[in-house]
Amino acid sequence: MGAISVSAPPGNIEWQLPSRGRVGMYCLIAAESAIFTIFVVAYLFYIGKSLTGPKPSDVLHAPIFYTICLLSSSLTIHVAVRRLSAGRIMAFGFWWLLTIVLGGVFLFGTAREWAHLIHDEGLTISTNLFGTTYYSLVGLHAFHVTMGLLALIAVAAFCFASQLQREDAERVEILSMYWHFVDAVWVIVFTVVYLIGI
Amino acid sequence: MSANTIALTESPARPLTLRLHEWATTVDHKRLGILYVLYGLIFLVLGGIEATIMRVQLIRPHNDFVSPEVFNRMFTMHGTTMIFFVAMPLVFGFANYLVPLMIGARDMAFPRLNAFSFWMTALGGLLLYFSFFGGDGLYGAGSAPDVGWFAYAPLTAKTFSVGHSTDFWTLSLLSSGIGSIGTAINIIATILSMRCPGMTLGKMPLLVWLNLVMAGLVILAVSPLSAAQLMLIVDRYLGGHFFDTQAGGSAVIWMHFFWIFGHPEVYVLVLPAFAFASEIIPVFSRKAIFGYPVMVLATIAIGFIGMSVWAHHMFTVGMSAGANTFFVLSTMAIAVPTGIKIFNWLATMWGGHIRFATPMLFCVAFLFQFLIAGLTGVTLAVAPLDWQLGNSYYVVAHFHYVIVGGILFCIFAAFYYWFPKVSGKLYDEALGKWHFWLFVIGFHLTFDFMHVPGILGMPRRIYTYEPDRGWDTWNLIVTIGVVFQAAGILVFAANLVWSYFRGKRAGNDPWDAWTLEWSTSSPPPEYNYAEIPSVRSRRPLWDLKHPEDPDWRYE
Repeated sequence: MGAISVSAPPGNIEWQLPSRGRVGMYCLIAAESAIFTIFVVAYLFYIGKSLTGPKPSDVLHAPIFYTICLLSSSLTIHVAVRRLSAGRIMAFGFWWLLTIVLGGVFLFGTAREWAHLIHDEGLTISTNLFGTTYYSLVGLHAFHVTMGLLALIAVAAFCFASQLQREDAERVEILSMYWHFVDAVWVIVFTVVYLIGI
Repeated sequence: MSANTIALTESPARPLTLRLHEWATTVDHKRLGILYVLYGLIFLVLGGIEATIMRVQLIRPHNDFVSPEVFNRMFTMHGTTMIFFVAMPLVFGFANYLVPLMIGARDMAFPRLNAFSFWMTALGGLLLYFSFFGGDGLYGAGSAPDVGWFAYAPLTAKTFSVGHSTDFWTLSLLSSGIGSIGTAINIIATILSMRCPGMTLGKMPLLVWLNLVMAGLVILAVSPLSAAQLMLIVDRYLGGHFFDTQAGGSAVIWMHFFWIFGHPEVYVLVLPAFAFASEIIPVFSRKAIFGYPVMVLATIAIGFIGMSVWAHHMFTVGMSAGANTFFVLSTMAIAVPTGIKIFNWLATMWGGHIRFATPMLFCVAFLFQFLIAGLTGVTLAVAPLDWQLGNSYYVVAHFHYVIVGGILFCIFAAFYYWFPKVSGKLYDEALGKWHFWLFVIGFHLTFDFMHVPGILGMPRRIYTYEPDRGWDTWNLIVTIGVVFQAAGILVFAANLVWSYFRGKRAGNDPWDAWTLEWSTSSPPPEYNYAEIPSVRSRRPLWDLKHPEDPDWRYE
């Protein structure tokens, strides 16, 4: 017996469903948020519970400049996506590269901070509870920035190989949602580590 | 033209390596679904062997069938295997296979992510079982993980768990966790973005609704588990102190993190079981499901409340009175939407023209058993009673009643119900009934009587016991039940294999059912539907078969 086809009486069904890429990205963001929530809870729970020094207030300095860089990159990536939807590929390339640079500067900032903490202050992930929670939470975020940057660089490579068109605007926008998420997480990490935790 | 057609339809049998390669590289949701299910069945046998070893050890006091060390490995591996590598793959396998077919789609939203997720889960299982060979490390300190399936700190610290057994455990769960999250993302995107024209959210089959909520729970629950595994890895590999009480860390926070995953996980597994019951009971009662909107709302309520009951696993740890009260009340509250579901299934059967084929038998047994499981759950939700019964065999009996008596029975029902669709063959009804009765008898011998030694004070996870406690006979009966269950599983496996090769052809729609998957051929072609269907009601095949009295007039 062959398959039978099922079709409702032809009405003019208007059929619009959300884009699967968008839904998928929202779900990924939800899952990542849950992961970050657990790390943030652990950080908050362990504030002031280290048995030995150094304490956060002794060694941490809020990375204001690098934070501004990362948060600005949300603006530049937004502009870039707008340019791509308008079909202005070169302008897109400019704003996209700027985003990558800003993200790169932020990572450089994290690297400098860690080098200072490890080399000058003697704080490693195994020194005390503060070290464990600090490097885990900030490191988890830095890992996400790195992943985002790799994806951004891949898109840049497509762009400069002339493989990117206006039709790709939605895909690029979905990637930019991830980048916005990474930036938003930094706001929370910054608040927890450099404001509440000190 | 005609030569081409012949070449397509009568191609000679391809060599085995080529077919294996096709299976290994497939991105087809149906093949991945079958892979998940076969994988789950293999691990079901492994987990079953581990359970049998434990039951033989406990058959009489002062037994020494295995050493205490081996016994610890057996209960750890049994629990981890059954949850992560049996129940989850089976549930995901059915979701993978059925959801796209039921919503009239040609595949999942992200077919390659689907394959990636399966192979991550597969890697997880291989890692876990590789510990039998590689877990010794350089220390010669025990092979498979032996820290219990919830691996409480500080047992998992380097000090108490030298060698690599715990590393295999945590990496295995991290790997399968990534796979589970990937599949959950895929299921949600598929359901929200791939439905055929006309299938609004309110016209989706209940199975699809329940899997949507299940996938949401996976995203919210498995992610914390993965986060906790990352912390454990930091502790074990990088000298971190998350769960290191010597350095100010907390062992209790691991319990919270684990059970924030662990309890919603029960609903991750039971919602798909509810999903099977919600499809099978109406078809075998010849009635539409009773109270569809209430069923959907109850499911969503279970999803929400299920996220806020986790610490009822921790009453015996000693929490504040406020926390105890909250988790007692939230735990009891979840009995309400669950009760609503049970009443709706009963109301569906009420006055129906019930056919007691094998899938329906399993569903009816599920109704009774799940009710009892829920009632013992309510007793355990009472914190003072839990202080008495917690960590005893009463708890073990309770959650096996849920997982075996509830979830596994529905999974068996689903196997029989959709076997004709997947294989194109009818299963053997007599063997199916043998399986059912053997398994019902075995289940009740084992798990009814297991409550009693728990009430008499027998703690879980003990290696052996003294003869003067009054536990002997109960343990003997419990172990005898295993024989019946094992026999039932053998009949089940024989039925699947025999029917696959020798069964009668099933045709599209052997049950006279109503959801879309029964409109395509059995097994469905790779593209599922030559023409994308469109629907006007929850039972599109009913509308097709009864154009004079279609459902959409009443919905």
